[in-house]
Amino acid sequence: MLALFLRDIRLSIRAGGGALTGVIFFLAVIATIPFGVGPDLNLLARIGPAILWIGALLACLLGLDRLFQADREDGSLDLLVLGDDRQMLALTVLTKCLAHWAGSVLPLVIAAPLLGLFMNMEPIGIGATALTLLVGTPAITFIGAAGAAVAVALPRGGLLISVLVLPLTIPVLIFGVSASYGAVANPDPFLQPFLILAALTLFLAVLGPVAAALALRHGAD
Amino acid sequence: MRLIAENLGGERGGETIFSGIGFALEKGQALIVTGPNGAGKSTLLRVVAGLLPVAAGRLLVEGGGEDFPSVASACHYLGHQNAMKTALSVAENLRFWRDFLGADFLSAEKALETVGLDGIGHLPFGYLSTGQRRRAAIAKLLVSRRPLWLLDEPTAGLDKASEERFARLMTQHCGEGGIIIAATHLPLGLEGAQALVMGEAV
Repeated sequence: MLALFLRDIRLSIRAGGGALTGVIFFLAVIATIPFGVGPDLNLLARIGPAILWIGALLACLLGLDRLFQADREDGSLDLLVLGDDRQMLALTVLTKCLAHWAGSVLPLVIAAPLLGLFMNMEPIGIGATALTLLVGTPAITFIGAAGAAVAVALPRGGLLISVLVLPLTIPVLIFGVSASYGAVANPDPFLQPFLILAALTLFLAVLGPVAAALALRHGAD
Repeated sequence: MRLIAENLGGERGGETIFSGIGFALEKGQALIVTGPNGAGKSTLLRVVAGLLPVAAGRLLVEGGGEDFPSVASACHYLGHQNAMKTALSVAENLRFWRDFLGADFLSAEKALETVGLDGIGHLPFGYLSTGQRRRAAIAKLLVSRRPLWLLDEPTAGLDKASEERFARLMTQHCGEGGIIIAATHLPLGLEGAQALVMGEAV
């Protein structure tokens, strides 16, 4: 499993891996918002956490279609599925998800505080948003894995995956954003939505890989 | 161990590709599957490997022991694609499969030497020619110990010398008690192998 994790991390940072694609997309989205909204600093600060979250969510979805498709194209996926007896397929999927998260999504979380400055956010708000992103984005990857497994055989599955996955990620978005607001706006709580966000991630860490493994097993042709 | 198929049928997308295939392979035996394009050779291999469901009949493996209770756990599947990442070096690819597949056999360097690719383990897999890629994929069969080899057109793209080297490898594998099922159009140079011709009855 460690070998698989290391291999996928290596692939994501080598040529054509696309680790930077998500970050650049994220940067482009966030950098455009202030121009569109105008120089109203209070408004920017107010919508900042939500914009960061939406940007990160869309950037997460961007690379998901390659999660299994790259392995399918070169035949590795067959061998990963056949290895089910030794390495449970759901665990294999979980490992791939974690590697994908560490390779493509973690850079987004790291870039988020910097982009928060663009949105005129307070330091505590930036910190809270980065923390909620850190806890919440794995959930998006786990849901996305199930979508990617369903659409693995489709040549242009990227858009389909986004459409399939986006509605399911809405709860993650809602609790992520409300926890981020809770840190800055006084009457709103931070801890409760944050804990629900953490619970969502843990729940989906089990459900997503199991669903994806099932889809991969029956999708082989 | 023994691999037995009785009245095996396979389908793809709801359409029956073949039916009534039967064979029994003891350890040390090989089966060469031939037939025209579209006869279902690859489908048969995928059904045997467990990548496609068995549509009819049954398929069982006996005497695999604890290590190899099912066909999937006992087999190396070498498909049309080489299952190697072009961005990683040849040795990195082999080392990954060695770790992932378990049941270590030869080291990556030793396996490359066996297929005559020593000295290029550091090159990215994407730099290799078609024949070299195939040989690297054959080296993948050697990094992990599996009694059953399922080979789909294993010698596609190989030159004469590599074909002979691969024939020796297969003979050696059978000599050690392994089982081989190979789908091919080219003679593999494997002596004493059973033959199965598909697509004749249709």
